[in-house]
Amino acid sequence: MNRPVVGMLAAVLAACTPDAPATPAASDATGPGGEAVAAMPAGAPEQFGFGAHASEDRIARWDIDVKPDGEGLPPGSGSVEEGRRVYELSCMQCHGPTGTEGPNDRLVVAGDWEQWPPGRAFGAFWPYATTFFDYTRRAMPQLTPGTMSDDEVYAVVAYVLHLNGLLAADAVLDAESLAAIEMPARDRFVPDDRAGGPEIR
Amino acid sequence: MATGPRKQFSRRAWLTAASGTAASGLVMTRFDAVKATVQEVPAQSVDPTRVPGRFVSEVGRRAPGEQPRRLVRTLALSSSSRTPLQDLQGTITPSDLHFERHHAGVPDIVAEEHELLVHGMVERPMVFRMSDLRRYPQASRICFIECSGNGGGAYNRNRMPTAISPQQLDGLLSTSEWTGVMLSTILREVGVRPGASWILAEGRDAAVMARSVPLDKAMDDSMLAYGQNGEAIRPEQGYPVRLLLPGWEGNAQVKWLRRIEVSDRPTMTRDETSRYTDPLKDGTARQFSFVMDAKSIITFPSYPYVLPDRGWWEIEGLAWTGRGRITRVEVSTDGGRSWADAVLQPPILSKSTVRFRHLWNWDGRDTVILSRATDETGYVQPTVQQLWDARGEGTSYHHNHQRAWKVASDGSVTFGLGDLV
Ligand code: HEC
Repeated sequence: MNRPVVGMLAAVLAACTPDAPATPAASDATGPGGEAVAAMPAGAPEQFGFGAHASEDRIARWDIDVKPDGEGLPPGSGSVEEGRRVYELSCMQCHGPTGTEGPNDRLVVAGDWEQWPPGRAFGAFWPYATTFFDYTRRAMPQLTPGTMSDDEVYAVVAYVLHLNGLLAADAVLDAESLAAIEMPARDRFVPDDRAGGPEIR
Repeated sequence: MATGPRKQFSRRAWLTAASGTAASGLVMTRFDAVKATVQEVPAQSVDPTRVPGRFVSEVGRRAPGEQPRRLVRTLALSSSSRTPLQDLQGTITPSDLHFERHHAGVPDIVAEEHELLVHGMVERPMVFRMSDLRRYPQASRICFIECSGNGGGAYNRNRMPTAISPQQLDGLLSTSEWTGVMLSTILREVGVRPGASWILAEGRDAAVMARSVPLDKAMDDSMLAYGQNGEAIRPEQGYPVRLLLPGWEGNAQVKWLRRIEVSDRPTMTRDETSRYTDPLKDGTARQFSFVMDAKSIITFPSYPYVLPDRGWWEIEGLAWTGRGRITRVEVSTDGGRSWADAVLQPPILSKSTVRFRHLWNWDGRDTVILSRATDETGYVQPTVQQLWDARGEGTSYHHNHQRAWKVASDGSVTFGLGDLV
């Protein structure tokens, strides 16, 4: 998978152009008619050396994403009870007293979870609980994003899980317990099987 | 002449259409029809051959009678505005009319202070400033960007619209010439480690928008774009640098790019789980449905135009596919019973819009006109029934089914799919 030599890239691309079912979009990076020219100019150095080394500290400042296995979750914890306070203070005005009333996105399912699709609310549709942590920490509350402590984010995730019937009222959430949560829709997500050609999918 | 659906347009404009040009018996081109129906035409007050003209100027402007506008959905942080497809010519979208979709507004970014961090499974984690990115070998290409939510307004059997313009239905589509550095160039610089298979792209807006993209695409034709149609990329399109994934859904082409993490798995962000996934009728949901399949729409005649007269008209529209080139567009002027090949206007570029035309001698009777595109993989733009059958009626995103317009004997044109299903 290491492909440092971009001179070879053109050859690789050409090889997979004709009918590569695995990569649905046929490559055209070197094709005629105005498309981008991907090949590195002849004589280009191995590295140009533009840009600066990124230190561990520098990376840590921006590396905020959380993966489904819990990688990227920070230390800390929060309880359902603390989460109720966070929610009422920072979320309720846009997501409603019980997470269903809006005016903005519904965070709690109401009605029949077995019906498909069940809308897109967290409890019924999201495959991973870690996504709620990741998204809330990066983007919410909408007018003051990035202002909550990690403990507050854990707490509000715990509370909204509780509102969705997926966490007990006395529960406390931390990195380990959050990554361990199995969401009901976990196995419903399938890779894209559209691949061009005559079949309509 | 102006009845129900047309009321929402400028009353004066409609009067022009009804009583002005058409009634006076002048020969109308389609551009006259355009102006008569959607714009007010200022009167010619002076004879330009008898008075000196205006001086040169630093920045040009549009003719007073040519004022195409984006259509703003709502004034909210998470909102969109749509490109006026029915008012444009050729394939390039003027940069100030490129559609917008932001999840937390448009950030104000000073390019000189902007940094792009590239890290993760790489040999050399690095930070690039814009001056660094601009120094790498450059590339340009023309391609479309389309939001995968485009066209969703004409999928629900029970809510088929009639008074809807190409802009309202499909205006989350724009085409530009993009300039930047190939992402493969930057990944080569940092050295991708064995075992890597995905990247995470993250923006510097207040949503810190993040999407996972397969490394294969990143190494293929993806670009870090800082130029758009000959100038710096517009703030609404990701100034100072955005990810460009030719042929793929707009949301994944992260704007205001500040971080790329090379990884061996997707992050499962909110916008690749909760949103931009396609629930299917078998109880699953399609995920990472990146490619925009072949699609076409007739932009003239379309709502809200009125054809003032029977006779010769040139039907025209746009076709595009994320899987390469459009190879064929067919047009039907009899509700889909018979089809004829439309003329494709060169250049026919891969993953770009192409304009098609079809000369039509309208006999003045009620009819429904349609178009359908075929791409180089042999994929033919499906009917809405085919999509319902394949995905179910409760799905969302990627609504690339055939569009139809109903031309009534009084010359009015409305969205016509409801008449066919
Ligand atoms: C000022 C209004 C506002 C506040 C306060 C707010 N949100 Fe939001 N929230 C929104 C909007 C608007 C969206 C949709 C954003 C978009 O379209 O991308 C949203 C989306 C979300 C989503 C994604 C929903 C989905 O189905 O994809 C989550 C989760 C969320 N908010 C959690 C929270 C939490 C937790 C809080 C409190 C800490 C909060 N929000 C506070 C306005 C708000």
